[in-house]
Amino acid sequence: MRKFWCLFFMFWPMLAIAVCVVAPTNGWWFPSVAPWELGQQIDDLFNLLLIITTVVFIGTQVALGYVLWKGTTVKTGGAWFSHGSHNLEVIWTILPAIILLFISLYQMDVLARIRVMSQFPEQARDAPVAEVSARQFEWRIRYPAPGKKLMPQPQPTDLYTVNDLHVPVGKPVMIRLRSEDVQHSFGLPELRLMQDAVPGLVIPVWFQSNTTGKYDIVCKELCGWGHYKMQGELTVELQEEYDAYLQALQAKMNDDGFSAEANNAVAQSNED
Amino acid sequence: MSIATHDTAGAHSHDDHAHGGHPEIGFVRKYIFSTDHKVIGIQFLITTLLMLMVGGALALAVRWQLAFPWQWMPIAGDLEVFKDQGGIISPEFYTMLFTMHATVMIFLVIIPVLAGAFGNFLIPLQIGADDMAFPTLNMLSYWFMWPAIVLFGISFVIGGVTAGPAAGWTSYPVLSAIASAAPGSGAAQTFWLLAVTCVGVSSMMGSVNYMTTIINMRAPGMTLFRMPMTIWGMFITAILQSFALPVLTAAGFMVLFDRTMGTCFFVPAGLVVNNADPTIGGGQPLLWQHLFWFYSHPAVYIMLLPAMGMVSDILCAFARKPLFGYKPMVYSLAAIAGLGFIVWGHHMFTSGMNPALGMTFMVSTMMIALPSAVKTFNWIGTLWGGNLIFTTPMLNSVAFISMFIVGGLSGIFMAAVPVDLYIHDSYFIVAHFHYVLFGATLFGVFGAIHFWFPKMFGRMMNDNVGKLHFVLTFIGFNGTFFTMHLLGVAGMPRRLADPFNYPYLEHLLPLNQFMTYSAMLMGFAQFLLLGNFFYSMFWGPKCGRNPWNANGLEWDAPSPPPHGNFDSIPVVYRGPYEYSSPLTDKDYLPQTEYIPPRPQPGTT
Repeated sequence: MRKFWCLFFMFWPMLAIAVCVVAPTNGWWFPSVAPWELGQQIDDLFNLLLIITTVVFIGTQVALGYVLWKGTTVKTGGAWFSHGSHNLEVIWTILPAIILLFISLYQMDVLARIRVMSQFPEQARDAPVAEVSARQFEWRIRYPAPGKKLMPQPQPTDLYTVNDLHVPVGKPVMIRLRSEDVQHSFGLPELRLMQDAVPGLVIPVWFQSNTTGKYDIVCKELCGWGHYKMQGELTVELQEEYDAYLQALQAKMNDDGFSAEANNAVAQSNED
Repeated sequence: MSIATHDTAGAHSHDDHAHGGHPEIGFVRKYIFSTDHKVIGIQFLITTLLMLMVGGALALAVRWQLAFPWQWMPIAGDLEVFKDQGGIISPEFYTMLFTMHATVMIFLVIIPVLAGAFGNFLIPLQIGADDMAFPTLNMLSYWFMWPAIVLFGISFVIGGVTAGPAAGWTSYPVLSAIASAAPGSGAAQTFWLLAVTCVGVSSMMGSVNYMTTIINMRAPGMTLFRMPMTIWGMFITAILQSFALPVLTAAGFMVLFDRTMGTCFFVPAGLVVNNADPTIGGGQPLLWQHLFWFYSHPAVYIMLLPAMGMVSDILCAFARKPLFGYKPMVYSLAAIAGLGFIVWGHHMFTSGMNPALGMTFMVSTMMIALPSAVKTFNWIGTLWGGNLIFTTPMLNSVAFISMFIVGGLSGIFMAAVPVDLYIHDSYFIVAHFHYVLFGATLFGVFGAIHFWFPKMFGRMMNDNVGKLHFVLTFIGFNGTFFTMHLLGVAGMPRRLADPFNYPYLEHLLPLNQFMTYSAMLMGFAQFLLLGNFFYSMFWGPKCGRNPWNANGLEWDAPSPPPHGNFDSIPVVYRGPYEYSSPLTDKDYLPQTEYIPPRPQPGTT
């Protein structure tokens, strides 16, 4: 029975590792390959941490299993009367300290490239493509008119959509993120990115997608009862398609419901 | 017996409070408004065990929705209040459920069971005092929990099943600061904030008492470095609590002022909340996050350190071996507490605070993994070469180590900011803190309940039922929470009433159903604990003073200890972990046992 408990405590880490090994083939892993370099670097950092922690996990669980197994055989002279080992304490303090310090310094670069404004790609920083305003429970998107720059204040020529963000493929793009009511979070899980939308702040967010396609925009900060359905869509398309999309959006917004012929006819009759 | 105890205790200089000369006290003063630390501890324990069931029921409802979204709720679905929504969990109710699950588990279970129940019961017994330094304050600290329970209850029912507090246990403004922001942000949120203030007052009364008692009332010979790890855990927790809690209380009042008096600490200008224009502003919502996490990050250690201490005691007692590295264990506890005050920003990596600040918080957060690692290695070292006895407390304590390793390691992922950008607010986080708070703390608490139950009631709990409870809980726990790591990596956000309306999460439904079945198993297993606890309280086999042959001072007192605790003031000769010492033939050597010095060979 004593050995049973050793096996019990050894069985579950093995099961845990087995589950993790089969997880990717079952779809219990990252949604898809991140379509940009920094997203892939986040995955790489995750995998690096996974390797380090798996080694530590196996090491500590095996050590635990070993001492449990050894502890089940009754010793004639009683248990080992020991108050510890100074050398071991030093080793297992300094070694993890070095590893942890390495991890935190190693991550700095990616963090700086994603978050620090001065490290943003210049073309993205100078020309934000859109302002995304979160509100209960939708994403309101404001584009500048084609050929114009996005201004901090709304302009009469601006173009508006809801829950439908379009960006060009293969180049860094920056959005200005804000909230109109409570706190939300702009999450792009397929791009491994999220940024809270904080009331009262305008936060620049940059990203890039090297493949065209549609991605989910997920609200990741609790914003009220409708939080679960605050879903948007990011469409990444070729530059021409993107330009055409904005043109069409502009035409749609300037459309007053009359055809060009009708307008011309009215103008003609006014002249007469 | 007990009168004699009082006379000896009365002669002692510490005994300047009322219980000394009053052996005859009525039922109410003895069991309800008691000033005896043991009764208060047991009151806390029973209250928190009942609250554990409440919090567990809320969790099961959350799990039901995640496995069978928008389907008729079993048991509760027939209730009158759910008629309007067809017996299903509405999204409003779902947000209430997880808000109150966290609230109940944190404020009414984990914190009071550690500091309130075991802190009260064990501190005077383990340091050799006859009671707490301030017994009346101690009684008040228990009875201040009841206004909190009542207020939380009011907040939960005041708006029916659509308008309870629903801003999460973190209650971020603006959602919690403006009444029109959500159905639950009205009166319910006000009551919730008042209730949090009450639990804060209760905790604060406890901390002041624990610090004073531990510093001033130790028995002769009980030096600081002869204190059991439980006492160190409680002591450091009390310090953490007394420094961090005022910040939360102040922040809570600031939101209350924002809500009721028109101040704008957390409400910026220019918002249009729920189509109503607050028109005022000038505040900063991030301020709340800083203040809240300045308390709530140390609070996660408040929810862990006492359990670490209790597990250290239990492991030594059943490995029949001294603690491996006593002083490193104490210093690492202190290091966790110290670092705990400079890592709160890791909850805010995605909040839009200055990224340079995020970098410093990343380094400090990584570093706090270090003392935890040192503790884990020392626990394994403690078992190394021991003569293990697999009782229920021992099994729970070994599970503590095994689960804490997972919780600690998964913490490294979210301490790394770039990785956190992906897993923040996902189920990976939920997995992480359940491994720490349930896998570690609660297994430690289960172990402690079985270990100190004989001292509390003079009777033993049934070991076989205890083992069955342990095995079922362990299987259910891992089935529920290990899989959450996978959900997190797959990108499933937390707090969504229906995650499956996102196409990239649809295929996770079967996994969620498996987790819900595991959670049901775990919930069912807790009835074994309750049954065992209440049955053994009255009908369990009687036991003597020291049923485990343990070393601590508490085992020197009668079981259950009378008012005043010890037959005479105990004198302490050594640390609490001298098991299998060569100085004696037994494999344990109580702290109070005097061994005359032996002549050294060659010196006479």
